[in-house]
Amino acid sequence: MAYATLAEDLKELHHPKSWVGKYIWSQDHKYIAVQYMMTAVAIGVVALVLSDLMRLQIGFPGSVGFITPEAYYQMITMHGMIMVIYLLTALLLGGFGNFLIPLMLGARDMVFPFVNMLSYWVYLLSVLILVASFFVPGGPTGAGWTLYPPQAILPGTPGRDWGIILMLASLAVFIVAFTMGGLNYVTTVLQARTRGMTLMRMPLSVWGIFVATILALLAFPALFVASIMMMLDRVLGTSFFMPALVSQGQLLGYNGGSPILFQHLFWFFGHPEVYIVALPAFGIVSDLIATHARKNIFGYRMMVWAIVIIGGLSFLVWAHHMYVSGMNPYFGFFFATSTLIIAVPTAIKVYNWVLTLWKGNIHFTVPMLFAIAFIFTFINGGLTGLFLGNVSVDVPLSGTYFVVAHFHMVMGVSPILVIFGAIYHWYPKITGRMWNETLGKIHFWFTFLGTYLIYFPMHYLGLLGMPRRYYEYGHTAFIPDTAHYLNAFITTVALIVGAAQLIFFYNMITSYFYGPKAGGNPWRATTLEWQTPTTPAPHGNWGPNLPVVYRWAYDYSVPGAPEDFIPQNVPAFGTSRNHKT
Amino acid sequence: MGILQKLTEKPWLVTDHATAEDSDEVSVSAAPTGLYFYFAVATVLFLIVAVMYLMRMGVGHFGFGLDWRPTPKPWLLWVNTFVLVLSSVTFQQARVAARRDQADRVVTLLLTAGLFAFAFLAGQLIVWHELAARGYFLATNPANSFFYLITTLHGLHLVGGLVAWSYTTIRVWNGVEIAKVRLSVELCAIYWHFLLVVWLAFFCLLLAT
Repeated sequence: MAYATLAEDLKELHHPKSWVGKYIWSQDHKYIAVQYMMTAVAIGVVALVLSDLMRLQIGFPGSVGFITPEAYYQMITMHGMIMVIYLLTALLLGGFGNFLIPLMLGARDMVFPFVNMLSYWVYLLSVLILVASFFVPGGPTGAGWTLYPPQAILPGTPGRDWGIILMLASLAVFIVAFTMGGLNYVTTVLQARTRGMTLMRMPLSVWGIFVATILALLAFPALFVASIMMMLDRVLGTSFFMPALVSQGQLLGYNGGSPILFQHLFWFFGHPEVYIVALPAFGIVSDLIATHARKNIFGYRMMVWAIVIIGGLSFLVWAHHMYVSGMNPYFGFFFATSTLIIAVPTAIKVYNWVLTLWKGNIHFTVPMLFAIAFIFTFINGGLTGLFLGNVSVDVPLSGTYFVVAHFHMVMGVSPILVIFGAIYHWYPKITGRMWNETLGKIHFWFTFLGTYLIYFPMHYLGLLGMPRRYYEYGHTAFIPDTAHYLNAFITTVALIVGAAQLIFFYNMITSYFYGPKAGGNPWRATTLEWQTPTTPAPHGNWGPNLPVVYRWAYDYSVPGAPEDFIPQNVPAFGTSRNHKT
Repeated sequence: MGILQKLTEKPWLVTDHATAEDSDEVSVSAAPTGLYFYFAVATVLFLIVAVMYLMRMGVGHFGFGLDWRPTPKPWLLWVNTFVLVLSSVTFQQARVAARRDQADRVVTLLLTAGLFAFAFLAGQLIVWHELAARGYFLATNPANSFFYLITTLHGLHLVGGLVAWSYTTIRVWNGVEIAKVRLSVELCAIYWHFLLVVWLAFFCLLLAT
């Protein structure tokens, strides 16, 4: 294992002279992180607007003229794909991974700064390709975010001409970008930790990002292969996924391909993807809770092992997304079992968060509010996951709003809450200024309560049998009028929550210029990123000498210590916690 | 320290000599770690293609692939394989020469290895032409589709390797100290061996089916 030696090696950092070199073609991990975040948030806003438009159609059918059935499906597709890949993955790994890994480990930068820069620009290219599909003839693809063939590339599907091609190309480019970044994150964690930073002294944020990156590196190739093969099917007429079929009265040239193969490939990527997003969120939320409850994380080792075990198990459960594809029941039994086993390490994590809060000196700061809200939401979404993990329950529910509710609770709202918490938490370190507390709290309550008002009722709609994916419901016997009222209510709340995000943007932008100076360590936290000599941290992070780590990341409220936190780089003065925690 | 020992460390215990691991051996460069992780990524990528190949073929009663007609294997593939082996062997010699600081030998061997790699790529293109001339196009049959897909993916990886190769060779050619390019030569050689193993595995798969 390499410690300081390598980090010291990076002293010959490439210091750019010009403005463009510093801010645009930057090789500084902190700038790249901000570039990643800004791009991800920008494209995320597009997806947010799309979701509000869809809700308008569902709540008040026909109220917006340009939402035709085709447009509706295009919105579904783009909303899903953007949120999952281009926002969540890019923001958590590209954004926070880039910002936190070197700072938390006491490194000067990522180990391959040039590749890191390249990673961002290729990511931006993938986003631009995706955005371009809004402007091509026929518009973006409307195949649904899972892009199942044969539907995705058949005539009659919206965006069949250009949209699907751009979508597949964009995914392939994104994966190339991510691989460049991911190799950086993994290698930095393994090779560039400062002196004394053992693996088990790493903050849980880094653990989460590290394991998630490994998952992503091993899972994305499946999506890459799927994209390439579908692209060949669409453009060059191969039959990887396309069976012989008659479409709109015409016999197509395809023959013998298997759509199920695509589903296996997609979900072999798709399920780890859930944890690619969740594990960094788990890690970050652990650090937020420990810091703002002034208490060491409960069961640190357990938390690390749980992250690793969840990561491993996530590769064995993919087919629980395919219970309705007509698979062998024994297959379903296996995947249901492995799915339920994941609940064990996940539950360990939840208990440990709660036990960290137990008797803690809880400060209800904005990041803490978001962290606690995450625990609620994640338990909620996780429990419905146990329902859907069982084949016999999933089969009747899988086409209904129950799935929409489950999915958005566990993978939409939960990580977004963590992302907001993390942005509020590290904003002072990124910019050197503090945001407005009142606005932060208003934003929190709108977002937290709002998302509950949106997604909680959807569980009932789902149990009622209300089908998802429909453009319009009309009047059917089994959907009572009250369901339509509920939909109108959900839409109203969704619009309010969407608009409330403006508070967040206003807060972030004005605070950047007018916020009070935050100081180097406003949260009085222990981890290394708060101990940089200047804030915002300069290129190279640490000035002439790298920090030396003497303790773990969670020395809060140590008995006998002068303050309620001891940073990781403070040597032992006999104030150590020499008892089991 | 083993990985298990690392993961069972009790980090909350603060020791006075906090940096117990200082004495550990240190690897000076991150590049090999990065490359090995890339091998993991590429291995998964090629494995997935191989699994798709078998599933689409209908192995294991998946029931697809009644339309599967094996692609013919022109004898040129054997020649190409042999050329790729030569390329890898030459690279290995360059690696050894680099360790022994024999600058002239390194240049010659690198150039030869690169030449063999280009010859392999040219040979693969000729195989494509030959197949196309006999009517085996990409979309004619799933076996052909996979053949073209596999050779393309493998070829593109080799092209990527050639970019690193040309960078290294130009530096050696311009008289940069061998000590400074030794690592590049090492990594190129390892990458070449990896691609050779991938190709041999796929070649066996093609021959067996």
